[in-house]
Amino acid sequence: MSAPNKSFDPVEVAVLRPEAVEAAVSDALGAIAAASDLDDLKEVRLAHAGDRSPLALANREIGALPPQAKAEAGKRVGEARGRVRTALETRQVELEAERDARVLVEEAVDVTLPYSRRPVGARHPLTTIMERIEDVFVAMGWEVAEGPEVEAEWTNFDALNIGPDHPARTMQDTFFVGTEDSGVVLRTHTSPVQIRSMIDREPPIYVICPGKVFRTDELDQTHTPVFHQVEGLVIDEGITVADLKGTLDHFATAMFGPETRTRWRPSYFPFTEPSLEFDVWFTGAKGGARWIEWGGCGMVNPRVLRAAGIDPDRYSGFAFGIGIERTLMFRHDVTDMREMVEGDVRFTTQFGMEV
Amino acid sequence: MRVPLSWVREYVDLPSTETPESVGERLVTAGLELEAVHHVGDDVAGTLVVGRVGAIEELTGFKKPIRWCQVEVGPAYGHPDTPGVRGIICGARNFAEGDLVVVALAGTVLPGGFEIASRETYGHVSDGMICSERELALGDDHDGIIVLPPGTAEVGFDAGPVLGIGDAVLEFSITPDMGFCLSMRGIARELAHLYDAPLRDPGLELVELPAPVAGTPHECAVDDLVGCDLFTMRTIVGFDPKAPSPYWMRRRLSMAGMRPVSLAVDVTNYVMLETGQPLHAFDRGKLRGPIVVRRALTGETLETLDHVVRELDGADLLITDDRGPIGLAGTMGGLDTEIDDDTNEIALEAAHFLAPAVAHMSRRHKLSSEAARRFERGVDHVLAPYASARAAALLLEHGGGTYVGMTAVEAAHEPTVVEMAVDLPSRVAGIDVGRVTVVQRLEAVGADVADAGGDVLRVTPPTWRPDLTDPADLVEEVLRLGGYDAIPATLPAAPAGFGLTAAQRARRRVGRALAADGYVEALAYPFVGQADLDALRFPADDARRRLLLLANPLSDEQPGMRTTLLPGLLATLRRNVGRGTTDVALFETGAVALLRDGQGPRGVADPPRPAVTARPADEELAALESLLPAQPLHVAVALAGSRTPSGWWGEGTDASWADAVEAARLVADAVGSGLEVRRGSAPAPWHPGRCAELVLDERVIGYAGEVAPKVCETAGLPRRTAVMELDLGALIDAAVEVVPATSISTFPVAKEDVALVVDDSVAAADVETALADGAGPLLESIRLFDVYVGTQVGEGKRSLAYALRFRAPDRTLTVDEVAAARDAAVAAAHTAVGATMRS
Repeated sequence: MSAPNKSFDPVEVAVLRPEAVEAAVSDALGAIAAASDLDDLKEVRLAHAGDRSPLALANREIGALPPQAKAEAGKRVGEARGRVRTALETRQVELEAERDARVLVEEAVDVTLPYSRRPVGARHPLTTIMERIEDVFVAMGWEVAEGPEVEAEWTNFDALNIGPDHPARTMQDTFFVGTEDSGVVLRTHTSPVQIRSMIDREPPIYVICPGKVFRTDELDQTHTPVFHQVEGLVIDEGITVADLKGTLDHFATAMFGPETRTRWRPSYFPFTEPSLEFDVWFTGAKGGARWIEWGGCGMVNPRVLRAAGIDPDRYSGFAFGIGIERTLMFRHDVTDMREMVEGDVRFTTQFGMEV
Repeated sequence: MRVPLSWVREYVDLPSTETPESVGERLVTAGLELEAVHHVGDDVAGTLVVGRVGAIEELTGFKKPIRWCQVEVGPAYGHPDTPGVRGIICGARNFAEGDLVVVALAGTVLPGGFEIASRETYGHVSDGMICSERELALGDDHDGIIVLPPGTAEVGFDAGPVLGIGDAVLEFSITPDMGFCLSMRGIARELAHLYDAPLRDPGLELVELPAPVAGTPHECAVDDLVGCDLFTMRTIVGFDPKAPSPYWMRRRLSMAGMRPVSLAVDVTNYVMLETGQPLHAFDRGKLRGPIVVRRALTGETLETLDHVVRELDGADLLITDDRGPIGLAGTMGGLDTEIDDDTNEIALEAAHFLAPAVAHMSRRHKLSSEAARRFERGVDHVLAPYASARAAALLLEHGGGTYVGMTAVEAAHEPTVVEMAVDLPSRVAGIDVGRVTVVQRLEAVGADVADAGGDVLRVTPPTWRPDLTDPADLVEEVLRLGGYDAIPATLPAAPAGFGLTAAQRARRRVGRALAADGYVEALAYPFVGQADLDALRFPADDARRRLLLLANPLSDEQPGMRTTLLPGLLATLRRNVGRGTTDVALFETGAVALLRDGQGPRGVADPPRPAVTARPADEELAALESLLPAQPLHVAVALAGSRTPSGWWGEGTDASWADAVEAARLVADAVGSGLEVRRGSAPAPWHPGRCAELVLDERVIGYAGEVAPKVCETAGLPRRTAVMELDLGALIDAAVEVVPATSISTFPVAKEDVALVVDDSVAAADVETALADGAGPLLESIRLFDVYVGTQVGEGKRSLAYALRFRAPDRTLTVDEVAAARDAAVAAAHTAVGATMRS
């Protein structure tokens, strides 16, 4: 075994000495730890892991070593460079995280600044409550029927068993169009839509008729000459008062919640016989639950069926009607009719897009 | 209808545990509408005593005459110094020594918290008060203090019962089918059903009258036995016109809401309230010849009791004598033959008039009377002689005189018989109502029920129920008496429906889209007048001035139906601005009324009126439809102030013509139909230079833009108010029902911007159309992104910059292809509108 060539002993190359390598690593780790931001770290990386760094220079010396010395030196330098690289990566992650966190702090704003650039619109609560009612019935398979506001007297009165001298005509203060004998009125209720539905459709008929109606009342806290109703009409075989009650119970529950109850009283309408009025037990009432008169209803008078061409021996039906303004008033505690009429946006925007 | 509870209790026994409120609620379940319960005298606390006025000393030297009265009040209430007597100061003068009066003693509290005390006044110690009705809140009578007729009550007794204190008055609304409940008799009958108690019917008990003495009862005749199928007239002579009504009668009339007048009038009113039969007392001395009931002749007139001279026509049913009309039958008497303070011969009319005849007169003459209210709802057709006997007996009892007899005319009466299947109530109700129950309940309302064979009942309704004419009416009676609570609730299954129609869905989308875009929905009244249109500066010949007019508008200022939504919407805008909401954006959707060709503002004179016994023929229905104006659905917006506000984020934008135009596009998008925006005409109220025509399929369906400055001035609108209105119905009709999909190309897009210089007069819409046409099928989209006006393009010109995007469905476009398409677009714009590339 020949003696090693002393002049090529790795320990003889200064930079490859373990103390020198360790010192280079120590310098590097110190610098890395001291780097306070990513720019610093970039410089540290260049100085301690770059091509001109002490460890890179040391690495170059390895090639000149005798083969038996290369392995040891290579391992030593390689491990040293590895430790520096790891430290750099760790510090890089740390500093990036610090920077990201700082950016978020620096970019913070006052999110409570009022940002009200978009103008606020709203639909009228009378419209949305009618749509809600329509939806309740459409969900049961009914359809929505419509008719004109300027209506023939025949359709508004005669066909509904309200003859020319019927006392009910004076009950409803009618706007006559043209002259009192022109045969044309502003419809006093949405019932003419029922007549139109019966004339235009074949039974079975299940329709809801929402719309604007007119009576000659001056506007005050509780009256308006122009208001809205929703009426319902069913014509089918074997329709009974029980069906009427069940339908309106469901309607009341849909509008006022599961606690709602209904109450029934005899009444009179020329177009229904028997006729009833119904009250709802409204639990949301201001000042506590109470009975509210909600609407009128009854079994369609066979005379009305005949006028509309429906065979009363085969078909029967029921009809009901409620006032929309009144419903809105008690459901939402609106105390003055004028607020619904005047179109003040402060009133309407309270309700938004749905009631 | 005001019902003193004590009065109906005379005819039916109610359980003593019942309160006025509980009785009222019971009657509600029978179909009456309870308006109020009044407790008589419930605000008087303490004792009211019947007193007799003794010595009266007239005190003088004061501002008004004053009396110092010694009032006998009975041993229990007298002053210690004057046993049985109290000295009271009184300012009224309508009483004399010996009269019975009502005395409130010290300690009694009268309505309004007024406590009576002994106090020194006018030089005497007044030891109580002699009361008037008004002071006790019993009535409006302020002619003086209450003077009870002799024999009404005993001195020293509680005056409460005489005055009705402690009684209650139930106030009801009576539906037109329950005319029989416009009487104590009818109310008592309902109570008898409700409490299952026997009824003592005051209607059909014939009061025994003294045998007629020698003399001739006033003669009567009827020309129209259809209009009047029963007419009776009882004559009394030697009647004392000064005789007062008994106090109990006056009190009952007051409580029932009628003003006591004189004995003769009070008796007719009292018996009407009691039985439901209207009566009329003529001063026989003023009658000239026999009474004849007949229809009016054209040209006749009558001055009725309310001092109105009425023009009569052939539909009016009259009471006449030799001079002509003296009364509108069953409606109102004439002035000439009225009872007065000297009347000592009375001819008392009680009759049955046809309900439609009275209803017609009442409607035609706009005359509502207690009698008409009853006749037009139907009066018991046999009641007249019974009621007049009762009235005659009361007149004789309280007014003296001699009964001379009765004359009468009567037509043969065919009773109404209604045949009803016995199971009809069950079929209508949806529960089983047995035959026995059906018959029982029909008999309970007074009907006569016979078997018609099979399962059919022959029902003869009672005479007081003329409203019972159809099987359905009988069904109601059966179900009503059973109570509707007994009927269960079931839900009928509707056949599968199709949901909302396309048009209904479209309308909802329009409302939501506008609301989401910052518009607030308004629901203005549809009434307009020419002045509203003047304010909007509509020209005199504007078609929108052709208003459909109302015969009875609420306001003469607004007698017509709107032809445009703008007047109402702008009024709403003005109201909001006036209340301080200066940034406001409104919308409305609603119908307008447009006269069709050939229609006038007053309709036709003799409209068709099809029968109601069967469906009218299609031609008849078409004739009815032709009476109506066109009623298209419009949508309109109006906005003023800021559209978006300025804030810390930067400058806002003012509401402008562009918002109005954008609203139109928004509506069209929401509906899903095309809408073209064009430069063109500008009707009032728009600014001629700032108004867009809204065009659908080459038809102008609306306008959008700024309101002309002069209109803003005359209509009181903020400057630069912007409005849009269009025919929403037309837009919805044109909507694409099913949208066909185009497949999406995934090849790269090629973008080209072009800036074109055009004359000011060229509409941007035309430039865009030309570019799009020229660019051909490779053009995916085109968008105007800049408008420049200034020195760089020269006077009278502007530069429009468009971003074009090209894409092919099947390949990546080459640079050459894109350039060619762009050049073609520019060339087309040059050809169409003279556009040149901006250098």
